Amino acid sequence: MAASPTPPVLEVRDLRIALPPGADRDHAADGIDLTMAPGQTLCLVGESGSGKSVIAQAIMGMLPPVLRMERGRITLQGTETPPQRSDRFNRLRGTQVAMVFQDAVSSLNPIQRVGRQLEEILQVHGVPQSQRRKRVMDMLAAVQLPDPDRAYRSYPHEMSGGQAQRIVIAGALLLNPALLIADEPTTALDVTTQAEILDLIDGLKKKFDTSVLFITHDFGVVADIADHVVVLKDGLIVEHGAAESVLRAPQHAYTKRLLDAASLEGRAQGGDAGAPVLTVRDLNLTYRRGFFFNRTEVAAVRDVNLTLHKGQTLAVVGESGSGKSSLAKCLLRLEDVESGTIAFKGQDITHERGRALRDFRARVQVVLQDPFGALDPRFRTLDAVAEGPIIHGVPRKQAHERARQMLERVGLGPQAAARYPQEFSGGQRQRICIARALVLEPEVLIADEAVSALDVSIQVQILDLFTELQKSLGFSMVFITHDLHVAAAISDRVLVMQNGRVVEEGPTAEVFEHPQKDYTRDLLNSAPGRKGGLAA
Amino acid sequence: MAERKTPIPLAVKLAFGFLILFVLFALFGQWLSPHEYRATSLMDRLKPPVGFGGDWTYPLGTDARGRDLLVRLAVGAQITLIVAVVGTLIGAILGSLLGILAAARRGIVETIVVGAIDVQASLPIIVVALFVLAMFDSSFTLFLFLIGLTGWEVYARLMRGAVLAAREQGYVTAVRALGASPYRIYLRHILPNVISVALVQFTVNLPLTVLLETALSFLGLGVQSPLTSLGQIMSEGRDRLLTAWWLTVFPGIVIFLLALSISLVGDWVRDRFDPTLRTET
Repeated sequence: MAASPTPPVLEVRDLRIALPPGADRDHAADGIDLTMAPGQTLCLVGESGSGKSVIAQAIMGMLPPVLRMERGRITLQGTETPPQRSDRFNRLRGTQVAMVFQDAVSSLNPIQRVGRQLEEILQVHGVPQSQRRKRVMDMLAAVQLPDPDRAYRSYPHEMSGGQAQRIVIAGALLLNPALLIADEPTTALDVTTQAEILDLIDGLKKKFDTSVLFITHDFGVVADIADHVVVLKDGLIVEHGAAESVLRAPQHAYTKRLLDAASLEGRAQGGDAGAPVLTVRDLNLTYRRGFFFNRTEVAAVRDVNLTLHKGQTLAVVGESGSGKSSLAKCLLRLEDVESGTIAFKGQDITHERGRALRDFRARVQVVLQDPFGALDPRFRTLDAVAEGPIIHGVPRKQAHERARQMLERVGLGPQAAARYPQEFSGGQRQRICIARALVLEPEVLIADEAVSALDVSIQVQILDLFTELQKSLGFSMVFITHDLHVAAAISDRVLVMQNGRVVEEGPTAEVFEHPQKDYTRDLLNSAPGRKGGLAA
Repeated sequence: MAERKTPIPLAVKLAFGFLILFVLFALFGQWLSPHEYRATSLMDRLKPPVGFGGDWTYPLGTDARGRDLLVRLAVGAQITLIVAVVGTLIGAILGSLLGILAAARRGIVETIVVGAIDVQASLPIIVVALFVLAMFDSSFTLFLFLIGLTGWEVYARLMRGAVLAAREQGYVTAVRALGASPYRIYLRHILPNVISVALVQFTVNLPLTVLLETALSFLGLGVQSPLTSLGQIMSEGRDRLLTAWWLTVFPGIVIFLLALSISLVGDWVRDRFDPTLRTET
């Protein structure tokens, strides 16, 4: 950057934050240099454990006591910051630097009205009562809440995730800080909401002349909003520079990997479709809850039709509440359908029970989203994987042998067999779950958000594993995801759902390049990276 | 987190030691003395313990009928222990089963169990016990059952919650999708993951049962003479608090130490079993 007369909003020099002894490395972050000019957006990119949040905490003066700032200097607008957690820092927070977190709802007080909470921020910083209400209302209007008056009177639980995030942003900007730190503020949101929030932050940045330090793992987001990028890995800066140059010509292999994960690039199409394996006709599912007075009905799946061909992967995409997970439960016969039929290789299995249902279960398997809950904490890996064959009558010894082979195929060595799930990382656990599903040699694998809880570079590994195993074992796959990048990377066909209905269906490349329906188009346009030209 | 075995605190070690001594005393204490716990000897009425004017024939002295206090304490300890353990077990098993059943079946079964839990929880249990024992002729079995029926609702409530939570876990869905029968899901996956909740409650419940037994026996509604228990011994010594203090002080000390030790050990067990603290290595 050219030298500017005004001091940088934020300057971090040679920052080193130590981890307590016994951790898997000795620093949370080391050798960190950051400079932010006024009005700039800097993206700090990295996966979990890369140290990006710790750096944000240090800038906010809120490092937890176990983490020590060993070295380095942090200056805000030319003035060096006071020691971590000191009282003097309180005056800086809100006025000079403010922060927005990933989980907006839980960063609001559930028992206080939103307006009261926002006014409290002003009260703490000595704004006279007479001005508070007006300033809060102005800010609620600035964050484009549809009805600021109502928002003022609402409790946090009455708001959607996106609205709550707007409130939190309003709170952060109330005292007009020079620097706004946003720590994964859109990660928990649906794509369309995410796009709105990103737009909002960009707009507010210009309106209030605030600099934004944006923490994310998603290069799509970077492409949309960043001026500058800093890529972190294991607490070290691996690459930094202007956003365009990093996006166009990444230098470091790690950056390239993250970038790949964010592109909407389709996979090489596998070719001809085989015979239909799973055929669904006019499927309906309604959840009913409560008796007489507070009876509620939610139509989760409405008139869904789909056909899955042998060896193919069908991606089911949609936002939360679109009914995609309910559809998965129906396909797995974990939920009784209301009407319609599900046929497996021409045989109607919609209402099978007992033996027939058990046989069906061996042939249609599932991998779930949360790798931490999906394994019984009291089962060793080998027992967990061998359980399926044992249930289906394979003698114990053979079942263990098959489990051992399958563990090897998913990339887990023999030493994994005797260990408990708690000892593995999220990606490794997901491998165990895949082994457990595939050891039965199913013909259909249903993956319900199977990579959503994983870091992007791990996502890529697991997606590769799915593709590779599919090639060698020949199963068909229904891949349920909210993430269009994932859908693009893995599927031959895609089915878009909204409010329980199928909006659009077709070959993935076709749907993504020439969406026919407005909703699909919205969804695609909201995908981070579209604007920044990432999805070439 | 650096995983290191935390040393067992001294208080817990002492409590453990006392519990072992107590059980040994309850089992074999009768052989410490040549006397029989019911044998009266009018010649030796109200002998004080050794060190307070008594001699080694009756180390802890005798009661108003000349019965050896040491051997009576041993038998009393035995009965108190049986009542406490069996009574707590009845409540624990009954309550846990009902709680699991409610969570597994849902619907009308759950409504009934939850209703019963609320009724039980709102009853003043001592008063009910007094009423029932006063109405019917107090027998040891009835007493045991009554003790067992107190406290079941806590197990039922806890287990219902734990099972409902466990059912929502991904592994239950995954195992169901593997084709596992409900029995397999419950016996091999849900039960092992929720049983620690009942175990912990057991250790909370046990000292309360000891105190309930001794309280009821003290009031004369529990264990009846000639059988004896720690509470019943205290009850008999009540009238001679000033002249023969040993009749109440010794069983009192034992009851106090027993309840305290179980609580301390229970606390420690609870910490060990706490799922939020648990990391398997």
